[in-house]
This record gives sequence, structure tokens and C-alpha cells, in this order.
Amino acid sequence: MLLRLLRGYLRPYRGWLLAIVGLQFVSTGAMLYLPALNADIIDGGIAQGDTGYIVRTGAVMLTVSLAQIACSIAAIWCAARSAMGFGRDLRAALFHRVGSFSAYEVGRFGAPSLITRTTNDVQQVQMLAYLACSMAVTIPIMMVGSVLMALHQDRNLAWLFAVLIPALFLVVGAVVTRIVPYFRLVQQRLDRVNGVLREQIQGIRVVRAFVRERAEEERFEVANEALTDVSLRAGRWMATFFPLMLLVVNVAAVGVIWFGGHRVDAGEMEVGPLTAFLSYLMQVMMSVMMGSFMLMMIPRAAVCADRIGEVLDTETTVHAPERGVTDADVRGVLEFDRVDFSYPGAEQPVLTDVSFTARAGQTLAVIGSTGAGKSTLLNLVPRLFDATGGAVRVDGVDVRDWDPGALGSRLGLVPQKAFLFSGTVRSNLEMGKGDATDAELWHALEVAQARDFVETLEGGLDAAVAQGGTNFSGGQRQRLAIARALVRRPEIYLFDDSFSALDLATDARLRLALAPETRDALVIIVAQRVSTIREADLILVLDDGRIVGRGTHEELLADNATYQEICSSQVTAEEMS
Amino acid sequence: MSRGQLKATERITGGGGPGMHGQVAQKPMSFGPSAKRLLRRLAPQRAVLLLIVGLAVAGVVLGALAPRYLGQATDHVFTGAVGRDLPAGATQEEVVDGLRAQGEDRLADVVSGLRDLVPGQGVDFDAVARVLLLVLGLYVVSALFAWLQGLLLNRLVNRAVRELRTDVGRKLNRLPLDYLDRQPRGEIMSRVSNDIDNLAQTLQQTVSQLLTSVVTVVSILAMMLWISPLLAVIALVSVPVSMLVASRVMKRSQGQFVAQWRRTGQLNAHIEETFSGHELVRVFGRQAEAERIFAEHNEGLFRAGFKAQFVSGLIMPVMMFIGNLNFVLVAVVGGLRVATGHLTVGEVQAFIQYSRQFNMPLTQLASMINMLQSGVASAERVFELLDAPEQSPDEAGSLPAVPGGGPSGEVRFEHVSFSYDPDERPLIEDLSLVARPGQTVAIVGPTGAGKTTLVNLIMRFYELQTGRITLDGVDIAGVPRADLRARTGMVLQDTWLFEGTIRDNLRYGRPDASEEEILQAARATFVDRFVHSLPDGYDTVISAEGASLSAGERQLLTIARAFLADPALLILDEATSSVDTRTELLLQQAMAALRSDRTSFVIAHRLSTIRDADLILVMEAGAIVERGTHEELLAADGAYARLYRSQFAAPVEEEEVA
Repeated sequence: MLLRLLRGYLRPYRGWLLAIVGLQFVSTGAMLYLPALNADIIDGGIAQGDTGYIVRTGAVMLTVSLAQIACSIAAIWCAARSAMGFGRDLRAALFHRVGSFSAYEVGRFGAPSLITRTTNDVQQVQMLAYLACSMAVTIPIMMVGSVLMALHQDRNLAWLFAVLIPALFLVVGAVVTRIVPYFRLVQQRLDRVNGVLREQIQGIRVVRAFVRERAEEERFEVANEALTDVSLRAGRWMATFFPLMLLVVNVAAVGVIWFGGHRVDAGEMEVGPLTAFLSYLMQVMMSVMMGSFMLMMIPRAAVCADRIGEVLDTETTVHAPERGVTDADVRGVLEFDRVDFSYPGAEQPVLTDVSFTARAGQTLAVIGSTGAGKSTLLNLVPRLFDATGGAVRVDGVDVRDWDPGALGSRLGLVPQKAFLFSGTVRSNLEMGKGDATDAELWHALEVAQARDFVETLEGGLDAAVAQGGTNFSGGQRQRLAIARALVRRPEIYLFDDSFSALDLATDARLRLALAPETRDALVIIVAQRVSTIREADLILVLDDGRIVGRGTHEELLADNATYQEICSSQVTAEEMS
Repeated sequence: MSRGQLKATERITGGGGPGMHGQVAQKPMSFGPSAKRLLRRLAPQRAVLLLIVGLAVAGVVLGALAPRYLGQATDHVFTGAVGRDLPAGATQEEVVDGLRAQGEDRLADVVSGLRDLVPGQGVDFDAVARVLLLVLGLYVVSALFAWLQGLLLNRLVNRAVRELRTDVGRKLNRLPLDYLDRQPRGEIMSRVSNDIDNLAQTLQQTVSQLLTSVVTVVSILAMMLWISPLLAVIALVSVPVSMLVASRVMKRSQGQFVAQWRRTGQLNAHIEETFSGHELVRVFGRQAEAERIFAEHNEGLFRAGFKAQFVSGLIMPVMMFIGNLNFVLVAVVGGLRVATGHLTVGEVQAFIQYSRQFNMPLTQLASMINMLQSGVASAERVFELLDAPEQSPDEAGSLPAVPGGGPSGEVRFEHVSFSYDPDERPLIEDLSLVARPGQTVAIVGPTGAGKTTLVNLIMRFYELQTGRITLDGVDIAGVPRADLRARTGMVLQDTWLFEGTIRDNLRYGRPDASEEEILQAARATFVDRFVHSLPDGYDTVISAEGASLSAGERQLLTIARAFLADPALLILDEATSSVDTRTELLLQQAMAALRSDRTSFVIAHRLSTIRDADLILVMEAGAIVERGTHEELLAADGAYARLYRSQFAAPVEEEEVA
């Protein structure tokens, strides 16, 4: 997956990557040329006692150094540009993909996990992309270049590299393959240690109430011990790695002097190349070290890449039609026709065989206990999910055939959790209708019983809203969310338990003000409080995903056992009568 | 969707790499004392630390000596190479004079500078072998020392981190609850996980490098001075230059990184908002707008990130360039010195090797400063937690033994006053009450009236300012907390369960409960019914996310847990608030079973659930404003009656409206 992401999302930067290869080629070449020039100083200058030659060669070395830094800075510029571009594109792709998800996919991953994948995981992969751009290119050039330059100095010592390089690879391979699984284990056990701690902090009252401090300490100690154990093992390999690498290279250096010395004595080689040879040896080691550093970063990035890939590979279950219906003859009609819904892979359906029809001017209420499927029923209308059986029709057209924008403009949803976006009161209300006038906004606020507190805010409509609306109380948030739906003046209002955070008096005033507003519209209310829905034209009683009763409050109270049970749990018998 | 709910691997961090966690402080308040204390923790046994330092010094010094001798081997070769072509039999002086006579002054200089030159003789391989064997020995021993030092340090660091974690884990259990209440949970979580992780990483990555880098710099400097003071001075000039350049670049990149983090924060906030409000974005058709804002932030992050990455990326090539400059200078000046006979080729070669090795640890040291600072800042935060005052030690008193079968559990408050902060107005003021054995005491009142505080005082989660609370006639402050709590059971609004099987969770309050007792408790609290529908029954593992259980089911489990613990005294704090009214009916029955024969304190917001309590306390602003039974209080037509009407009169009022 990591490779797929890198290949796919670095493609637009092929030009830059090619430039990096070219620049690093020159830069590394310059780097490698320096020891050769130094060898010239020794042989052409020192051995001949030619000081002029030494100074001249020195000037050449200076020029080469300047060329080297120029190229490598340019290469880093390109690398930073492509890697950051890579990250930007990947983030955008993720954001776009999540935007296409239905509530089911978002729920499956969980919003916090999706956020982490789009932010932190991308950052990790982007970091590796940068290293790949800046180092992965340099390492092979440096290695091959060093070997070639060394061979150029003296071909007959080539066999030293033939021994050295496999030896280095052996060391790197042996250590990296052992250490990487440990790294993974360390991460897992670290999660466990932090998980136990998190549990203990959250449950501290329970832990103390049940006098379980000692047992919790032991539980933590087990996790801590397990972490320390793998961490020690990983550390042991790390402690072995660098001295071992250094030893291999140093032994090779001794070999160079010994075998090279014999060739010098035989008159087949000069002393200068001998020292150059040593420098190249060091370069090879440096590049191998850099390479192994990168190798160790890969596993972590790979995990992140897998998580990113999971999101990118997820197809939404709710597809917009190619050419959606944009208008219909009738207005404000909602029809459920033998609707089934179950989550993919779930054994139990959430909704089974739900049918009803409701028209503009009516108020339809849905009641039932937690988990009965009330919210799911509501969410099928704006296509947050799609029915798995039967059809949901708005104004006579299957919701799956509607153009999403046209469907949305007919609906006004007030969700269970009143969620406000950061910005201003105005910007939140304008979500409902972009070109609403101030008068319209104030009117909506008044109906939603929010005018009073918005007026006292500094800035009024332009008062700031913090992320998640945290600078408002739960009840205020809920009233603003209701106002947001009202601004839109939709054909169908969907209230998902939207009055729960209001005190009873406000609740009553709000519904009184709402009645004339929604006279020509269809109102669907999901509620837990019987008092909220008593006056509805039609009440659907939902139990375990099935409609077990339908009728008015009085009808249901007379003959529906489930409804009676719900009512009696909320008010005592004498007060009901 | 708080951060606390994320898995550790999915933590949102402000930037990449270690030490950049969003919640980790970047700079310590006082570097010195915290660093010293950290060091002390690192080495409880001074001997091991000294051994490690000794090994590091020995390893580095031996490794630093090696190039010098390798250079001598080169000299032998060079001498041999020159000598081979000179006439045999002549002495060195004769050859030099001969060369000068031929006008080869320069070559004469070179030859005169060579030690042990025997004209006409080639390379003295015996000498070369001797030197190389020495070098080989130095390298092997040095590697061995470095390895041993690494192993020992690894153990030392891991043990220190482990002990730190253990200490923090223990500390959590000894902290007074009000300490934990006073700061955000996320803040404490961050200290015990993010900060310790950051610290562990810092220790693992920097301590070893710090040690060897410093020793390397010193010993290489010594070697360079030994070979040639002139060249050493040239090489040294590059030190302040590289330091200056490095700090300049670092300062600039720091600014860029700050910009990058700010941008990252903005983008993350937007992503968080859009994903959290996903359904609204869809229903209101705001996807295009969200993408436009995203693209704006994303582009901003790209620009800032690119700048930060580029500027910080400059450090490597710039340092390399300075190294190269150094290399050129040493090669040229060294070459000239050799030509004039002041140095040997081998010495220049050794010097080049040294100056290459000299810059690397310097760059490392520079880059480690940031990490070290962030690590010490984390250590400081962890130490702060460890230094927090602990709850007072337990007194040695004991509660009276429960007489066989007889009632027990009399709770008495005598003029109790309490506040979390002694300087503020007391939360509970001069409160007295008596709960007789077996009675159910209900506490009602508005939010913030002190209901939860009152029951927490019975558990002795907090210490009183004045007055005393007795259980069966004994002051609870005079007995060990564990003894007191062993007699009490608590069911909270917060349905905390730990990651483990249902059976283990039920057994939490009584680890030695038999299977039969578990089943009995489960049946009495309606837990048995839903457990049977779970795939693994009582062995079903409850995950941290708890997706498999509904809120009501979790609540039932906490009630069963308290039931199994079989306490003499029971505390129910809004135990049914998170469930719908039908499930609540079930819970009511379960709790009625739990309450029988026990003294119980019940906090409830639905008054219908407490009307049969033996005593109802109405609390307002830390004081009991009314007390009596349901009927008495209704008849009194006071605060309770008002509260009661506000809950049950609603449907009537609404009919007037409609």
C-alpha cells in the first residue's frame, strides 16, 4: 500500500523527481571527486614537491565544493516541493473521499479515526516521501559512485568492495529484519500501557470505591513489564548495530592499507589513490547507514499507509444518480414503501417492513425506546443511508433518483446532536439558505426561541461561534440548529429528538411558534418524551425496527401495549388520565 | 469525540517526529534541576553509570587513536615507495644532498622529511604489519567497548523508564481525587502517556549519542592538536562557523516550523469539524464549500510545510559544505606542509579522517539540543505529577465487626463543612443528618447543589474541613480507606467498565466470587438476559469502545457489579440517567433488589423513582433546605413540591398551549 500511494501520488511530480536525480547525480559526483583531487595533491603535488600544483588543485576542489552545495540545495528544494505536494494531494484525496461517504462509512471508521488518518497518518507518509525524495535517490548514486571512483583509482583492489559490500548488507539485513518486528511490538505494547493508564484515570472512582488499587497496579505492572521486555530487545539490536557497522568498515580500511601497500611496493599503484580509497570506503559506509535509517522508518509509515489506503479503497454505499431528478409535481409528500434496513454484515435488521405515507400540513411522530431504529428511519430520508429493501419516496420520486442538491433543498434536518460550525451565528444560519436576508434570519431565530439570547450577544448575528459551538449551552445550540433548518423553509422538516435539551416551558413555546411556520410543510418528529408528540396527527410506535402501532395519542393510549408502557414509564397513571 | 477516546496510535499530533506532540511542552521551565533529577533517576547505582562512562571514553579514545596509526602505516608505505627508487647503499643525507645538487630542491625537502628512509629498500612490511595489527586491535577493542556500553546503557535507560512508569502508575492511586478533578483528564493523560513516551524516546536516542559525541569531539581535538597544531587551528576555525550557521538555520527553520504547526492546526480543526458534522454537511449540501475551505488551508499548509522542510533541510548540505571547505584547506595546507617536510603523508591522511569525523558529532549535538529540551520539558511535567501532594496516610482504627445478621450501616453527618478550595465559600456548610440502617435516603436538588459531593464524602473521596462523618459510630477519617470502601458499593452515572470479559467486570468488586454467586447477581439485576444473547456469554470481552453493549446494558452491568460486591452501604449517583424510560423501569426493579436491607443513598433527577424513599433530602447551594418523606414534603408545599410540579405538570400546561 505504501508503495502504491508513493507511486500514485508522486506521479505528478515526476519532473521534479527527475530533476532531483540529475542534481543529486552532480552533487554526489562532486562529493566523490574531492578525494580523487586530494589523491592528485598527494601524488602530483606532495610526491613531486610541486607547491603550485597543490594550490591549483585546491582551487579546483573549492569550485567542486561550490558546485556540490549548489546542486544539493537545489535537490532539497525539489524534494521538499514534491514531498509536500504529495502530502497535500493525498490529504485532498482523502478529504474528498470522506466527503462522498454516507453516514454508514463514517460511522464504521469513526470520525476521530478518519480525522487521524487524514492528518497524522498523512504526515507520517509524507515524511517518508521526503526522505525517499532526498535520500533514497542519493544512496544508490553514492554507493555505486564510490565503488566506481574507487575502482578508477585502482581496479585490482576491487575485490575488497566485493567482500565489504555484501558484509555490510548482511549486517544491515540481519539487524533490520530482527529489529523491525520488535519496533512493531513496542508500539503495540506501548498502546496497551497507555490504554491501561487511560482506563485507570477514567475509572478512578470505581477503582477506589471497590478498593482495587493494588490489583490495578499489578495489571499495569504486567503491561509495563511486557513493554520493557521488547524495548530492551530492540535496544540490544540497536546497540549492536552501529559498532558492528563501524568495525566492518574499519577492518576494510586496514585491509586497504595492507593490500594496497603491496601494490604500491610492486610499483603498480601510487600512495594517493590509497588514501582516496579510504575516503570512498567511508562514503560507502555513510550511504549504507543512511539507507538503514530509512529502512527502519518504513514499517511505521507502512502502517499509516495501510490505514490511508483503507479509506481510499472504501466505496460509499450511497451513490448520487448520473442525472438526478431536479423537480416534481407534488410537494411535501413522504412515503416509506416496505422499507428494510440493515447494516452490511449485520445479522439483525435495524428496520423491517416499514410503510407509511405523510403529506404536507401533517405532523408525523415516531416514538420508541433506545435502539428501536427511530433515528435510522429519519436518516433514510436525506440518504445518510440507503434502504436495503423497499423504497423511500419524496414527492413521489425515489430518493435514490433525486439530484442530491434538489433533494437536500426540500429537507430541513435538525439532528440529535446539535452541531454548530465555527464561524458566526450568521454563517451557521446561512447554511440553510445562502442568500437569506437579515429579516429572514431574525424571524427564524424568533420562531426557534433564540432571538433573545442572540440579541444579547456581542455582534448579534455576527457573534462568533467556536468549533462545535462550545461557547453556547446545549439548549442554545439546539435552538440555533432549529433556526438553521427554519431559514431554509423546506417542504419536509426532520426533527431528530431535537427538543430534548430544552426545558419544558421553552419546548412548549417553541412548538407553539413553530405551528404556523410549518403549516404548509410536513413535519416529522422523533422523540422520547410523550409530551413532545401528543398532538401529532399520526404517531408511529417503533419497536425492534417494526411498526407496532400507529394512530393518534388517544387511539394508541387506548389499545397499544407498547405505547402504554412508554407513557406509564414517564408519567404516573393518575396524571395520565 | 475527545482526544482521550482515540487509540494511542491514532493520537493527533501537532507535527511529525518525536517531541512534536500537540500536548507536549516544547521548552522546560528550569532545565538544570529537572535534568539533574532525571540523571539521578537514570543511575540509582553510581557504579554502573561510571562503568558506562568509562567504557564510552575508552571506546571512543581507542577508536580515535586508530587513524593516527593507520596514517603511520601509510607513511611506511610511502617511505618505501620513495625509497625503492633511490640508489641503494646511500644514506638519507647523501640522497638529499644529491638531489639538491641536481637542483631537485623540492623533492629533497620531501625526502628529508621522511623518517626511517632506507634508500634502495622497498616497503618494510614487517613494520606495516606490526602497525596494522595494532590498528586492528584498537578497532576491535573499541567496537567491543562501544557495544558493551550500548548494552549497559540500554538496560539502564529502559529500567529507568520502566520505574518512572511504575511510579506514575502508583502515584495515580495515591493522589487525592480533588487533584484529579481540578485538572482536565486530557492533561493528566497527556502527562502519563505522551510525556513519558517523549521522555523515553529522548533518553533512548540522545543519552548514548550525547555521551559519545562529546567524548569524540574532545578526543579528536586532542589527536589533531597532537599531529599538527597549525592544521588543528584551521579545523577549529570551522567549528564556530558551523555552529553559527547551524544555529542560524535552526532559528529560521524554527520560525517556519511554528508557521507549519499553526497551519496544521487550522487544517486539522477544519477536518475535525467537517468530519464530525458530516451528516449536516451532506444534508445541507455544503460539501463544495467545505472542500473550498479545505483546499485553501491545505494549500497554506503546503506552502508553510515546504518552506519549513526546505530551510531545515539546508542544514545537512551546508554542514557538508563547511566540512568540504575544511577538507580542501587541510588538503592544501597539509600538502604544503608535507612538501616542506613538516608533516608526513600519513599524518595528512589521518588528519583528513579526523576532520571528517569532527564535524559529524558537532552537527549531531546541535540537532540534539531541541530534542533534549523537549525531553527535559516532558520530564519536568512528569516530575510535577510525581511531586503532587498525596492523600493523607490511613489511620489505624477499625470499623466494628458486623454482628451476625443484625442491621448495620448507620451513617451520621455531624456539622460537616467541605470545599474543594479552602479559600472559597464551602460547597457544603454545617450539614448534619442521620441515615438509619436499612433506610433509603434520596437526595434531590438542582445541578451544583452538592448532591454528588455529599455522597463522595461518605466514600471519603475528599477530606472534610470541619465536622465528622461516622459509620456505625466510628469516625470514617479514623479507619483505613480500604476498610471503609469495602463496606460500600457505588453505582455511578458514568458506566465505567474495563477492557476484559463480562465475568471479570462483574467480579471487579469481589474477585473471589463463585460462579453461582455471579449468576445469582446477574439474574437479580437483569444482566443474565442480555448476556445470553451475546456470542460468548459471560466470556464476551468488553472493548474500550464498548460498541457491543448499549448504554443501558452497561449500566445494568455496573449495578450487577455493585450487587455482587454485597456492600452494607450503597450509593447510587444518577445511575439511570443515560437510558430511556422503558429501560429505566427495568433498572428500577434491579436497583430495588439491590437496595433491600441496605442503607442506600440515591441521587436521582426523575422524582418518580424516589417517591418511596424513607427520607428525601432537598439540597440547594450546599445545604439541606428540606427533609422528610414524599407525602410530608408535598404537603409542606415547599421546594420539593415546586420541583415535583415542574416535572409532572408539563403535559397539563401544554394542553393549555395547544
